[in-house]
Amino acid sequence: MDLSEAYLTLWSDLDGVFSMALVSLVGLIVVVVDAFRNDHPSLPWMGAAALLASIGWELSVLGDAPGTALFGAVRTGGFAAFVNLIILVSGLLTIVLSVPYLDQLKRAYGEVYALILFATAGMIMLGTANTLISVFVGLETMSICLYIMTGLVREDEGSIESALKYFLLGAFSTGFFLYGIALLYGATGTMVLPEMAAGLEASGSTLLFWGGVALLLIGFMFKVSAVPFHMWTPDVYQGAPTTLTGYMSTASKASAFASLILVLFYALPTERWSLVLAFIAVVTMVLGNVLALSQPNVKRMLAYSSVAHAGYVLVGLTAASPAGYAGALYYLLVYAVMNIGAFGVMAFLEWDGKEGREQTLDSLAGIGFRRPALGASMGFFMFSLTGLPPLAGFTGKWFVFAPAVNAGLTWLVFIAVLMSAVSAYYYLRVVYVFWMLSPEDVPEAAEAQNAAFPVPASSIAVIVACAVTLLVLFVLSGNVMGFAEGLFEEAASMASMP
Amino acid sequence: MAAQFLFFLLATVAVAAAIGMLVARNPVSSALWLVLNLFCIAGLYLTMNASFIGVIQILVYAGAIMVLFLFVIMLLNLQALPRPGDIEWTKVLAFVLGMVILAQLMYVVAVGLDVPIEPVTTAQAAETGSAEVLARSLFTEYALHLEMAGILLLAATIGAVMLAQRRFE
Repeated sequence: MDLSEAYLTLWSDLDGVFSMALVSLVGLIVVVVDAFRNDHPSLPWMGAAALLASIGWELSVLGDAPGTALFGAVRTGGFAAFVNLIILVSGLLTIVLSVPYLDQLKRAYGEVYALILFATAGMIMLGTANTLISVFVGLETMSICLYIMTGLVREDEGSIESALKYFLLGAFSTGFFLYGIALLYGATGTMVLPEMAAGLEASGSTLLFWGGVALLLIGFMFKVSAVPFHMWTPDVYQGAPTTLTGYMSTASKASAFASLILVLFYALPTERWSLVLAFIAVVTMVLGNVLALSQPNVKRMLAYSSVAHAGYVLVGLTAASPAGYAGALYYLLVYAVMNIGAFGVMAFLEWDGKEGREQTLDSLAGIGFRRPALGASMGFFMFSLTGLPPLAGFTGKWFVFAPAVNAGLTWLVFIAVLMSAVSAYYYLRVVYVFWMLSPEDVPEAAEAQNAAFPVPASSIAVIVACAVTLLVLFVLSGNVMGFAEGLFEEAASMASMP
Repeated sequence: MAAQFLFFLLATVAVAAAIGMLVARNPVSSALWLVLNLFCIAGLYLTMNASFIGVIQILVYAGAIMVLFLFVIMLLNLQALPRPGDIEWTKVLAFVLGMVILAQLMYVVAVGLDVPIEPVTTAQAAETGSAEVLARSLFTEYALHLEMAGILLLAATIGAVMLAQRRFE
């Protein structure tokens, strides 16, 4: 390959990775500015501006045909734009919510915002990866930033515990992931996802290939916290700073699932893995929901609920049809909005000075009357997480369950619906405690009565906007879903062409 | 002929250094034996025309990682190791025999799986082992990954400094 020609190709492909490049670049600028003006209050807004500009860019390329950029490193086009939008919106919401929250924790370091931007860039690479190298580099960039953000409050032993657990287990899962990539490369002779099927046919080493797939799936299941690789989730979500937990549970899950969808869609023949995913989905949903029932702490409850939601998304993937993949994408979008909102509410209802990891749900009895905007929004998020209309959580569940029924997995959907009903207990209990329980009836609530709960107007605006978005997404669900389904049908028809 | 002579010289020194590392009773001299061993292996890579990996071997292993080892050894102030007389030689023998059998089994499995293992000729090595070949694909085909890996390392460094230093402010 001629070098100058190669550089021209790189230059002309740069618009395909516009968001990734812009977000990384502004991240670097934030680091440099932070070095001279330590923890300057303008740093988060530089990051927010970069994310906003990237969101605008992705909206403008939403209708593009699928393709690849930079020598097949990443995918471009509608699917990539959709995934990037989920990631970028989560990043933007997180930054806006984190500014007052980290101020309150006295952790308003400029570096945190640079790390959020770097993590976002890594997630974009992961979610739009076209080769296994992109998957790995994106995954690691995202994970390293998240490990650091988890351990931000170093004086608190819970925060250190969660960071160390996350780091050690994450490093371990990376090992599995790399072994899987190595075996897949050995079996197919290529790292490029769409070329893998042909490479497998040429070499014929199926044993090596499926061994690699199994290890790769372990790595993915760890990142999306599916049972039995979910052990880290409750401790990490409980100990990390709350707004950053919201980021961790939504954006990283969305990009890991998007990457998994790309691997399943482009690289793997469907007949072998569908039942494996169905089995993982069942244990994930059952364990996540049942364990969430008995959690007195809201952050821990939301962590188990996030395990359960990974199970619902997997139900959509087992269908292995364009409708199933599109449903999973739609679900990830809805989940990002409602979960960032829920963690945002909890962030501003903290009174224990330990990132809310010790305060119980009951101690927040009757808080809805003191903070009506937060309480009402929390009601929206909880009803949506349960999956009740007229909120987007309902249509999200509908879109992941319906394709699975069409694929003949009725038993799986039966379990999923049953588990959704179980989840109503612990979600609606939050609403009950917030609005219907009087603080006088609960002894733990005495301490919380004196807490100030300072909530800036900007945060209330963001949280209420999340709640309203759930209504909007419900109304527009047919359009969004139709668009997402069109993406996969277009890609499938392009792939089937010689 | 000179290449063969060089190979045997380096290999002998490498094996001797490895044994020296094992039998040295002082942790620091043990680490220094390891440095010698790593240098000899780097020399072996160079004789096989894998110039890039040879240089990296010296830079990364003999340089950075060994300095880290020495720091740890000197900071931790390790206790004296057991004398060679105290070692149970039957256990050592059992370990060696176990490894031999394991290697045989692995070989049989590898042959059964028909993993293609072909010797690499010096011509092939010269084609693929140089820094230029590596750089050409790193800075074109994998340019994006290289840049992102740079960001990854930067994030890790920033995070380490932030977590370690901010507490004292």
